[in-house]
Amino acid sequence: MIIGSYRVERSTRASRAGFAAMLAVIVALISVPAWAGRAEMRLLIEVSYYLALAQAWNLLAGYAGLVSVGQQAFVGLGCYGFIIATAFLQIPPLVAIPLTVVAVGLIAIPTAFLAFRLRGAHFAIGTWVLAEVLRLIFTLVQAFGAGTGMSLPIHVVLDISENRVIRELILYYVSVAIGIATVLLVFLWLRSREGLALTAIRDSEAASGSVGINQQRTKLTVYLIAALIAGLVGALVVLEKLRITPDAAFSVTDWSANVIFIVIIGGIGSVEGPIVGTLVFFVLRSLLADYGAWYLITLGAIAIIVMLKAPRGVWGLIGSRYDVHLFPVQRRVRLNLD
Amino acid sequence: MYWINTIIQGALVGGLYALFATGLSLMFGVMRIINLAHGDFIVLSAYLAVVVINCIGVNPLVALAVVVPLMFGVGYLLQRGLLNFTMGSDILPPLLVTFGLSVVIQNVLLELFSADSRRLQLPWLETASVRIGDQLAIGLMPTSVFVVAVIVIGGIEFMLYRTDLGRAFRATSDDPDTARLYGVNNRNIYALATAIALAVVSIAGVLFGIRTIFDPTIGPARLLYAFEVVIIGGLGSLWGTLAGGIILGVAQAIGAAFDPSWDTLAGHVVFLVVLLFRPRGLFPKTFDP
Amino acid sequence: MNLLQTEDLVASYGDFQALFGVSLAIEQGETVAIIGANGAGKSTLLRTICGLLRSRHPTDVRFDGKPIGSLEPEQIIALGIAMVPEGRRPFPSLNVEDNLRMGAYCGRIGPWTLERIYTLFPNLAERRLAMSPTLSGGQQQMLAIGRALMANPKLLLCDELSLGLAPIVIRDIYAAMPGIRDEGTTILIVEQDIQRALRAANRVYCMQKGRVTLQGRPSALSRDQIKLAYFGV
Ligand SMILES: Nc1ncnc2c1ncn2[C@@H]1O[C@H](COP(=O)(O)OP(=O)(O)O)[C@@H](O)[C@H]1O
Ligand SMILES: [Mg+2]
Repeated sequence: MIIGSYRVERSTRASRAGFAAMLAVIVALISVPAWAGRAEMRLLIEVSYYLALAQAWNLLAGYAGLVSVGQQAFVGLGCYGFIIATAFLQIPPLVAIPLTVVAVGLIAIPTAFLAFRLRGAHFAIGTWVLAEVLRLIFTLVQAFGAGTGMSLPIHVVLDISENRVIRELILYYVSVAIGIATVLLVFLWLRSREGLALTAIRDSEAASGSVGINQQRTKLTVYLIAALIAGLVGALVVLEKLRITPDAAFSVTDWSANVIFIVIIGGIGSVEGPIVGTLVFFVLRSLLADYGAWYLITLGAIAIIVMLKAPRGVWGLIGSRYDVHLFPVQRRVRLNLD
Repeated sequence: MYWINTIIQGALVGGLYALFATGLSLMFGVMRIINLAHGDFIVLSAYLAVVVINCIGVNPLVALAVVVPLMFGVGYLLQRGLLNFTMGSDILPPLLVTFGLSVVIQNVLLELFSADSRRLQLPWLETASVRIGDQLAIGLMPTSVFVVAVIVIGGIEFMLYRTDLGRAFRATSDDPDTARLYGVNNRNIYALATAIALAVVSIAGVLFGIRTIFDPTIGPARLLYAFEVVIIGGLGSLWGTLAGGIILGVAQAIGAAFDPSWDTLAGHVVFLVVLLFRPRGLFPKTFDP
Repeated sequence: MNLLQTEDLVASYGDFQALFGVSLAIEQGETVAIIGANGAGKSTLLRTICGLLRSRHPTDVRFDGKPIGSLEPEQIIALGIAMVPEGRRPFPSLNVEDNLRMGAYCGRIGPWTLERIYTLFPNLAERRLAMSPTLSGGQQQMLAIGRALMANPKLLLCDELSLGLAPIVIRDIYAAMPGIRDEGTTILIVEQDIQRALRAANRVYCMQKGRVTLQGRPSALSRDQIKLAYFGV
């Protein structure tokens, strides 16, 4: 057996098939409003922002080793940022969304400064404290209805479009686009130089012990990307729910627990995992919808079992059995054997 | 006088906060893991006391005699049956398993006891107070809680620095492989650490339930207090932890004196200020491996 | 009967095999040295004897006639094997006395007590309350030996006692060996310093690449034999 030559490639047959499937899914999603009802569209909106949050958290914990329990800080800031921009500053809603995201990013910088003083497990609780601080601050602000929260003024809603159907279409397409864009953004970032370095460091045990300056910068970048995504989702949540309270905006259950469970169950440390996890999550949720607290008990228990028995999640089980990578992040060396 | 009173009240609550922190600190010290369900175990202990009180009709202090050994056992089994499988260089598994546990415990308590607030009744102690001069009255209950907290922390400190078990905890924390070479069974040591941590937590939980109302959802906030106390006090020193508890308690009391809704926030702010200027805490151990 | 016997011992770190069938036998009261270049597998051998690494079969390691190959380290030390680990590894957050007390954690009774250790190493007595990282290298080595002796072992395993120490300090440490032997303790020392090993031991094994390449009494081995067994050339 003589090795003639080799190619370095990232796409595989499975990944090309995966892209074809992705395209099919995107086309299907575009066509949804044509044949599905309002309830389905609302569900898909929710799926989209959970997908975005899950990708963000996976990037944090699965790639950068930043286990955060405080992403609700940025979802909440996104919620309130959007309300401030639209209801108080009278900025048109579709302009307010990007402005909100920028504002959340600016606030995230000083929080990073604090959170990064804590390492490892302490970082996790530190982020949670920061989120709690923000929640408590918003419960004190009378202008936003303090603890009881406030509704999005009707003129803001009408600003998007006077027509309810069109409004819902816009919200649907924006949400779905953001969900898909997040997947692609995370995927592309992981393939960038910085992203590849991060994956390499994560995968090599020898290097993982040392924290270099560059790695610290990369971690900061990841922290900010995740904050921006969460802020974006926050703005969408307000548009969807039309009402906001500090407890809902900064909910640890909704924006951390659910998201963490999605990533763990789906498979941490891969782009596919959070997608699979999001699907599993919504299936479980609809199955257990009538069982109240048992729903979260089940979800928590499943996450614990998965963490212990299959730490790479459902996608890890699939991936190890069939060696498929729909989103090949790493390059593979393919030998051409003569 | 008003302020002196406020500070004293705050300091007395601080003893309880230090007790919250002791269990968290012990688990982190020995195993380098943070138990995110820590606060929920505090609440769980208070509910266990509710059950014991309802079943045998004793007062909360007597209920401790049942709750403490029970939680010791829960801790031992929790570590041996679950958390020992998460130990390793990766910080993710213990964090996520305990986070999952937190959600599970909270919701099981909700399912069993509803979201209603409860309190452990201890009528004679609740009202008794000692007057100092004509403006200062120090409640007997907050004082007793503080004293118990100091005794328990002192006991843990004694155990850590004066007993074979404590030495084994510290040695295992330094270097688990070498400790094994001298006859330490790590898995058992870890289980004992968690068992003792939860026993302390259960004392804290019952005292807490006597002092204030509680419901199934308040665990995470106690976790955050405990964590803040550990960081304010500095890692690795339980007397620093007591000081941290007092600082947090006083900060909350002063915040509440300005506006009752500022209490928790004031505590968080003091924590963030310490984190900003003294990230190793106010009373760090000089040697921290 | 041999105190310690290994038979065709094999050990691996994951996929990497470090020992390829090591057989040795040590009698009660002997002082045996294992020499070999860096990476020969000497430490791996000691770690396997102690149970930190698993052997293939329980009977691959016998101690006092009992198979111990499947026991945990904490069970093995209770039977009377103590190790002075490579690099000394004192517990950094314990002071000297607490480090020594940790040695007695297994609860074996015997001649070695705190006082006896302090007599053997007066340097340690002076610094009994010092934190272990503040000790000099030589003092740390004495602490590591003392800690192992506190377990009152029948067999003392010493891994690279001379590593990184000044010759005069090494001499002091080796001067303690006869006193230990006189208590009836069997000693197995691992050394890279061939001369030191030949002088201290009454029998020597030489290892190379995970195998025993030579064994015998120091007086019966020629320089060339040792050179060949040690370096392979
Ligand atoms: N923890 C480990 N993981 C993987 N390989 C190891 C480990 N420790 C030692 N080795 C390898 O095993 C071989 C034997 O090492 P060791 O027993 O330490 O040699 P010695 O003590 O004779 O210098 C060496 O090739 C070394 O690289
Ligand atoms: Mg060695």
